[in-house]
Amino acid sequence: MSVDSTTLLAILGMAAVTYFTRLAGLALAGRLSLSPRAQAAFDAIPPAVLVAVIAPSALATGWPETAAALVAAVAATRLPLLGVVAVGVLAVVGFRAL
Amino acid sequence: MPNAVLDDIRLGLKDIWPAALAAAPIGLLFGALAAGKGLQPAEVFLMSLLVFAGGAQFAAIEIWTMPVPVFALVFSTLLINSRHILMGASIAPKLTGFSRVQTALGLYYMADENWALAEARARTRTLTPAYWLGMTVPFVCNWMLTSTLGSLVGAAFGDPRRIGADFAFTALFIALVASLWRGRVTFWTVAAAGGASALTYRFIGPPWHVAAGAMCGLAAAWLAAGRDLGAPSLAETRP
Repeated sequence: MSVDSTTLLAILGMAAVTYFTRLAGLALAGRLSLSPRAQAAFDAIPPAVLVAVIAPSALATGWPETAAALVAAVAATRLPLLGVVAVGVLAVVGFRAL
Repeated sequence: MPNAVLDDIRLGLKDIWPAALAAAPIGLLFGALAAGKGLQPAEVFLMSLLVFAGGAQFAAIEIWTMPVPVFALVFSTLLINSRHILMGASIAPKLTGFSRVQTALGLYYMADENWALAEARARTRTLTPAYWLGMTVPFVCNWMLTSTLGSLVGAAFGDPRRIGADFAFTALFIALVASLWRGRVTFWTVAAAGGASALTYRFIGPPWHVAAGAMCGLAAAWLAAGRDLGAPSLAETRP
């Protein structure tokens, strides 16, 4: 069992900012009055961030990944989380084999 | 221990177990992908214990390289977990039965799942620390154990590309985005974030694609919401 010191630093940094986001709401409670547009932008944070993270893998890797992402997006309209993961993984394996 | 406390712990356990079951394969997958990027089982265990944020941990593994890009990892984690700020603001008024220490410890392990269950519980009953404990302790243990196990087993699997496992988190995030879907505004958010991120990745390089994509997504949401609302904020700011 070994822990690299730079890796440990990254983990501690990630833990610190995560705890900050979990506590910050306490200070905001009851004081948050955003304009409707700003509220819409705030609500868009989770999908914007998630898509920004996967875009290179889904759109800038190759056609099998892009095609599998489309298949997963269609599956996501009907299946629960784990079903979408299974369909997406099977699709990418299939497309890469073509 | 008084019976009411034991009952609340038991109720929390009863409410959380389906979510824990669903998270188990995701934990195994996270560990396996982390091992594929060279993380040791002890490092995976520490990350799951101290960070405990699935989406941010998957994103971290995606941008993990040698040498470890500490700033990019911390920045990406902050962006992805910024949703916790609103979740915390929403749950805070419902924590009246919690001491300061209980609040500080309880919020350390606030994830999407136990937060959503706590919100639902608070609609009909007072939220108790015992209920939060009963939900959260098994959920955290489950994540730590499955992700560490995944890193031990995953290393033996070899190249995760062979079984398409490298694509699993992309599919997972697509499913998460679908679960957050709110119509037209989300469409423009996703289109702008995806396009800007892919272009930034191609022409500037990681890790800037996360921030560039996210900011373009927020800008698109702001613009799209303005049209929905008949742009009242623009009209009001005019002199």
